[in-house]
Amino acid sequence: MIHFLKRAIADILSNKFLNLITIITISLSILMVSVFLLFFENAGRVIESWNQGGRAMIYLKDDFNADKLPQLKAQINSLGDIDEIVYISKEKALDTLKKSMASQTTFLTTIKKNPLPDALEIKIRSHNNLKEVQTLAQNIKAIDIVEDIEYGQGWLGKFLKIFNLFKITGYAMCGFFFLMALFITANTVRLAFYSRKIEVDIMRLVGATETFIKAPFYIEGLIQGFAGGVLGLGALLTTYTMVSSGITQSLAFYVYFDIQFLSFKMVMLIIFSSTFLGWFGCYLSLKQIFT
Amino acid sequence: MIRLFNVSKRFGGKLALKNITLDIEQGEFIFISGPSGAGKSTLMKILYLDENIFEGQVLIDGMNLSRISASKLPFLRRRFGIIFQDFKLIPTRTVYENIALVLEAAGKKPSFIKKKVMQVLRSTGMRKKAKAFPLTLSGGEQQRVAVARAVVGEPSIILADEPTGSLDPTSARAILDFLMEYHKKGTTILIASHDLHLMKNTIQGRNIELNAGRIISNDIML
Repeated sequence: MIHFLKRAIADILSNKFLNLITIITISLSILMVSVFLLFFENAGRVIESWNQGGRAMIYLKDDFNADKLPQLKAQINSLGDIDEIVYISKEKALDTLKKSMASQTTFLTTIKKNPLPDALEIKIRSHNNLKEVQTLAQNIKAIDIVEDIEYGQGWLGKFLKIFNLFKITGYAMCGFFFLMALFITANTVRLAFYSRKIEVDIMRLVGATETFIKAPFYIEGLIQGFAGGVLGLGALLTTYTMVSSGITQSLAFYVYFDIQFLSFKMVMLIIFSSTFLGWFGCYLSLKQIFT
Repeated sequence: MIRLFNVSKRFGGKLALKNITLDIEQGEFIFISGPSGAGKSTLMKILYLDENIFEGQVLIDGMNLSRISASKLPFLRRRFGIIFQDFKLIPTRTVYENIALVLEAAGKKPSFIKKKVMQVLRSTGMRKKAKAFPLTLSGGEQQRVAVARAVVGEPSIILADEPTGSLDPTSARAILDFLMEYHKKGTTILIASHDLHLMKNTIQGRNIELNAGRIISNDIML
């Protein structure tokens, strides 16, 4: 193994320019893909915060009383993947309203009857698919005692549609960059192979097996992919560090969160994918050459 | 050890070898002579399957070369030490690395490789050139490296295609003396050369003379 690693490094150094171009191409592709992923991760968090983690409010009809609560909870639980159900009585709701409005609540003392309805606040476990949430909401609304259900269906639906459009475009672009990097890696290996054809022919004549001949090329592909991934992420991290503080400050009025860098899991996934890409490009080339 | 039955080889419409039938025993010193185009190199290449067999059968230690699989081919080639007419040294690797390649390909341990390579470098007088690249060496030196590479794996058969073709008489003699030493140890040696005069003055063995792809004589040289 050490022999193959030494050989691969020696081969990379003997063909610096070609390998550098490949690593830069991979790193640019990884950079583009990572930018999309950074955007989606942060946008996902924004939506999550706006969506309050999939919360919905169920407003109940006037003839509801607390005795019906256990049966209603069981009915709602049976309709979908509900994390928790919190009952908010109309009295509690009024108290909360008074507290939240503080000094501007004098008009509330003049009201003879509490105008707020009894409500249930539910947390939906899987809420990323708007259609599922819509179906669940419709089913809940169909229960007799339920007056209405509110889950931000208007603006959130529209936003999610735009976001999903971005997401599809992003995936397509990621795929495109991935393929581009794959073909360039495959091509580099092919060029490297042909530039070493005499060497490979001699190796065959002195009794080298195909594995012995191919191994340094595979290691070269892995090194290229890994280096490209690290370089691409490094470029993204540098740009993120320089730009993110400025963006957070200027958006402070509109959004109440920090733009975060990619999660550790995502960074590992990108580096693994990039390394795999290097290997796969090599595999495609060698398969073609050796058949 | 090596048996050929009615072996023919065709390049396009031209037959390079015609019905060659031959037996070579373990430890023999075979000299394959003949003019250019007689089929000497083709015969050598067929033995290590650098050329496919068109017709006939070739057996090496009982192994039928017509039926050998691609995965077993490297193991067949490891039985041979091959000295090529054009040396076939890798220009981007040092003398040491070129010789070590044979043992690395055979999966030998680094400590063993180092010991063996240094040993053959000493015996071929190339120790001081271990770190040199082939293109910085003279023709004679390159040929000595090629010989060192051929013998480092201690093959049972050495095939040498025109090993003295581009050398001055002194260097040529030195190469032949070196091969004779291996022959004395029991290695089978096949040398293809058009220089019959040099061989006759140096070697005791069997001369197989080819002309236009046919064996025209098969005599013991004394």
